[in-house]
Amino acid sequence: MILGKVTGVVVATIKHPFYVGRRMLMVDRLDEGGNETGAYLVAAAAVDAGVGQTVLVVDEGNSARQVVGDSSAPLRSLIVGVVDDVAID
Amino acid sequence: MLLGRVIGTVVATEKYDGLTGVPMLFVQPLDRMGADAGKPVVCADSTKMAGRGELVLYEGGREAAMMLEPWFVPVDHSIMGIVDEVSRDGWRHENGDRS
Repeated sequence: MILGKVTGVVVATIKHPFYVGRRMLMVDRLDEGGNETGAYLVAAAAVDAGVGQTVLVVDEGNSARQVVGDSSAPLRSLIVGVVDDVAID
Repeated sequence: MLLGRVIGTVVATEKYDGLTGVPMLFVQPLDRMGADAGKPVVCADSTKMAGRGELVLYEGGREAAMMLEPWFVPVDHSIMGIVDEVSRDGWRHENGDRS
């Protein structure tokens, strides 16, 4: 899983049926220090996360499909948690 | 998924059976602020409606093939949707507006 920060919302009316009714959020990748890496992705949201929040993103299709319980979902990046704290020794 | 802009079309009459009727579009990847970033890729268009200049969401890997019907086709990039708006501070699309 990767750490990211929600930085925007992407709206698309014409899209694959799986994504109908699902929020799609722009997530900037963060490194272990919480710094932006410059990379980003657009993820579907399994949990409700708002702009500015740090989130946990599953970035692999099989896991994401298991979370949503749909074995044919064309889904790879999925927000599965809102992070409260990161502590690294 | 990543954001991209459709910059052209690719026509191939001689191709894998499962891909008949699937439009192939050239997509320029965009970075997190909307600027061009990286090399264009040819995407199968699962919406079958994306046009030149439009902003799209695309996905790579197995998920790209899974968007299509039949899905067991040799495709590694597909357009998932046509973007109406990206609401991110400072995001600017190449032609200036937000979509």
